[in-house]
Amino acid sequence: MTKIQNFLKGLVKENPVLVLILGTCPTLATTTSILNALGMGVAATIVLLCSNMAISALRNVIPDKVRIPCYIVLIAGFVTAVELLLHAFVPSLYDSLGIYLALIVVNCIILGRAEMYASKHGVIDSAIDGLGMGCGFILALFAMSFVREVFGAGSFCGIEIPFLSRYCIPILAKTPGGFLVFGCLIALVNAISKGKAIKKKEFGCAGCPSAATCGKLSCADDAQVKEEAAK
Amino acid sequence: MKFLMIIMTSVLVNNYVLSRFLGICPFLGVSKKLNQATGMGIAVTFVMLLATSVTWPIQTYLLDRFNLGYLQTIVFILVIAALVQFVEIVLKKYLPALHASLGIYLPLITTNCAVLGVTINNIRDGYTFAESMVSSLGCGIGFLFAMVLFSGVRSRLEDAEPPRAFEGLPITLIAAAITSLSLFGFSGVATGLFGG
Repeated sequence: MTKIQNFLKGLVKENPVLVLILGTCPTLATTTSILNALGMGVAATIVLLCSNMAISALRNVIPDKVRIPCYIVLIAGFVTAVELLLHAFVPSLYDSLGIYLALIVVNCIILGRAEMYASKHGVIDSAIDGLGMGCGFILALFAMSFVREVFGAGSFCGIEIPFLSRYCIPILAKTPGGFLVFGCLIALVNAISKGKAIKKKEFGCAGCPSAATCGKLSCADDAQVKEEAAK
Repeated sequence: MKFLMIIMTSVLVNNYVLSRFLGICPFLGVSKKLNQATGMGIAVTFVMLLATSVTWPIQTYLLDRFNLGYLQTIVFILVIAALVQFVEIVLKKYLPALHASLGIYLPLITTNCAVLGVTINNIRDGYTFAESMVSSLGCGIGFLFAMVLFSGVRSRLEDAEPPRAFEGLPITLIAAAITSLSLFGFSGVATGLFGG
């Protein structure tokens, strides 16, 4: 895989949000306005890039048994740095993102990429992977927030759109709209990829660091269903 | 009265899953069966209470005292992770029955944003220790409530035949939208009742 392909896979083929279904919480919570969503995306991308590079550089030093706690400490460090930077230079964004900024720590995309990619590949490849995944995250957040802000609030980046603002659908910008738009976007991706994206997995727990246990639960479920079907 | 208001707010009005979007992964991942949903909900409530009882004193007596507030994120996530591991070991050794029913859910909760979220929110809202505990209890119950409610919706969803592209996750999310719509009606109830 060339470096360009490595970068592009994060954007489309393995888009972390719409195909791998990671990082659902920030995707739903911060996409009420386009500026918030972009801020969240950029903050998470910076953390992802830094953590991917650091983890890949340290991959031979970190003992296998305690790798998850090590990753979490590294990631939390970068998140704190980003938090402090935003607080100092972009206080308005810091206020509007609020708690979701600190919660980048538990964003599955970052831990997931650390576990799935950075712990097995070199520094440069990991950096490209992190950048690609980050851009994919930004892209997905932008698509979500675009629908929610333009049709929900009738504005674009805070600027009112003359005709739409009179006929907007406020529910899209509210909580239920988040679930609705997200569901429709994933369905759209499924439709465009002609079912290829569905096949991958029903719910993308696989990328989550706790997949081992979570997987057991859903796998046990599937096995049961299969048994029942066999009967 | 304040305690009642905190519980009411965190269960119905600001429900963590359905209106604040925290803890979506377990909400979508483990809500297929009622018993699993209940188990997960109880385990989350338990860990939220436990985590708050540890992180609140740490924040107040350690971080605030020595001006280390910026370490909040790192310290909290580590404390929660260590605590969950510790509780799992203790349960396994001394309460095997409880471990058998809750144990499988515990490792999942370490990186659950609802738990980290509730501990940080308690600090940001400036709650006292008692208020923080009540708020954690309320958020936990709210989570359990959302899980149970949604597992009921999902059991119906299993038999539905949505269009091909909507199969699986998309239709689940749309069902979640409708479930969250049902809690939407409670906005303003707490302030209306308690005059907050």
